[in-house]
Amino acid sequence: MSLVTVVAGSRAHRALRWGTIAAGTAVALAVPFNSSPSLNGDLTLVLCYAVAAAGLGMLVGYAGQVSLGHGAFFAVGAYTAAALLAKTDLHWLLALPAAAAVTFALGLAFGIPALRLRGIYLALVTLALAVAAGPVLKRAEPVTGGVSGLSVPQPPVPGWLAVDADQWLYLLSLAVTGVMLLIAVNLTRGSLGRSLLAIRDGERAARTAGIDVARVKTLLFATAGAYAGVGGALFAFALGFVAPESFTLLLSFTLLSAVVVGGLGTVAGAVLGALFVVFVPQYAGEVDQALTGIIYGGALIAVVYLLPGGAAGLLRRLRRRLIDVVEPTPQRGDNDAVPTSDTAPVGGQPAAGGVRP
Amino acid sequence: MSLLEIEGLTASYGPVRALHGVDLTVGAGQVVALLGPNGAGKTTTLRAVCGMVRTTGTIRFAGRDLAGTAPEKVARLGIGHVPEGRGTFGSLTVAENLRLGAYGRKDAAAVRSDTDEWYSTFPRLAERRDQQAGSLSGGEQQMLAIARALLGRPSLLLLDEPSLGLAPLVVREVFAVLGRVRAERGTGMVLVEQNAALALELADTAYVLEAGRTVLSGPAAEIRTEESVRRAYLGY
Repeated sequence: MSLVTVVAGSRAHRALRWGTIAAGTAVALAVPFNSSPSLNGDLTLVLCYAVAAAGLGMLVGYAGQVSLGHGAFFAVGAYTAAALLAKTDLHWLLALPAAAAVTFALGLAFGIPALRLRGIYLALVTLALAVAAGPVLKRAEPVTGGVSGLSVPQPPVPGWLAVDADQWLYLLSLAVTGVMLLIAVNLTRGSLGRSLLAIRDGERAARTAGIDVARVKTLLFATAGAYAGVGGALFAFALGFVAPESFTLLLSFTLLSAVVVGGLGTVAGAVLGALFVVFVPQYAGEVDQALTGIIYGGALIAVVYLLPGGAAGLLRRLRRRLIDVVEPTPQRGDNDAVPTSDTAPVGGQPAAGGVRP
Repeated sequence: MSLLEIEGLTASYGPVRALHGVDLTVGAGQVVALLGPNGAGKTTTLRAVCGMVRTTGTIRFAGRDLAGTAPEKVARLGIGHVPEGRGTFGSLTVAENLRLGAYGRKDAAAVRSDTDEWYSTFPRLAERRDQQAGSLSGGEQQMLAIARALLGRPSLLLLDEPSLGLAPLVVREVFAVLGRVRAERGTGMVLVEQNAALALELADTAYVLEAGRTVLSGPAAEIRTEESVRRAYLGY
């Protein structure tokens, strides 16, 4: 039983939602001023991964497509930002849209042929992309600096802001992450999200409803790529250095783990998953290097078997224990001719609201 | 000019040929009943129009050749399809299903008033607008599928077995709505239906398919009295 019951869409429900968002934002803003520089650095990495995981989560959760190559997009985004900042006088702020544009274009170029493939074949092709990324980065020395990598001038703290460099990098990443997550929420709740769910329910029916399935899927693939690209650009800002060993095959698996552990296709899941992939290996590594892999693998199996909605799904269930959100009783239309007993509103809970990703 | 003209249509699923020469014409605002035993190619004919199977022969819609046109393009040209087995999107709500019906449309205000009109036509959909379509009864899903297809304001509506698995009362309701749509909007329809008596009541003309070929066609009133049709499909 829940402690409190609120009606969906009521003033209390809205207050609750905005209260949660405001509290979350307040905590996220307060954290860098109450923690160590190294922890701030780690939290900045969490934000980088969260952006990438949000994009991958849309791809996996809404289109049911598994990309094992998202690390490559992350790398391309990081290198795009790094090369622009290291070799040109471009303002750092412009490096972000540049990274997004390059990875979006790469996603389109790659997505158009790749999305003719399904399931395991798409996963394999994207895996090839991830495998190829490292060697290509090492070879393309004039642009990427080869094995020795590139030093990136980090975004300087603006004069009007009295914060330290680590706090600034965190706040900057937080702002960018916030914007990207907001866009993700709007995309999935809007026409794109509806189209994707329709395609998942029935591809044929979706096409006869006028949805261009190939176009929608390709756009989503490219968008997911652009999210990884922005995450990568933030990563380059945060570290001030990019080198091929940061973008191994493991990175692609790390991002996919973040998505699965956090919860498919939810914004909260992307953040929780990113926290998992940054902090769990660190603490586990302090005990024993090998422990990282074991905990990683164990956690993945546990989530798949025990928590199908991931950490975000668990949080949602816990919240439901405390606060029950019920649908308002449907209003009768005045032209309701024959409200016989079997057409009367069932009232209360709509069927299986949790089926969605 | 006819709304839809099909001549010498053949269609195959891989190596298996399902249509061997179907001819069919739908005039503007006409309702055409497509009758025939299971496996005669009725559903395949509808799929061929939608661009969902490989075909030869001609399919012209409003004077335009549809050969090789992708399903989503066909939909945007103004052909609505209510496939067999409903074709609603189960994990979307009723309201979201209807919004998808208006997918290609840019006239937001008209879409809203159309949506309201469908809610008043089918009050049960209005009551359940925030419920997932998968939780609706069969009849409600059929109503939703029809409303969704019509929200695209098609000039031709393809209906595949709209009465399948519905209670007789609900079937009456659905057919009454189809009759009204034809009268009020002049929407042409191709109606594939096991319930031949009902289909012939609504239809202007009828075609009988057997083994992938048109074997009989004519005004619905004549087809109804045709000896062979009466025995095979009307059961008296």
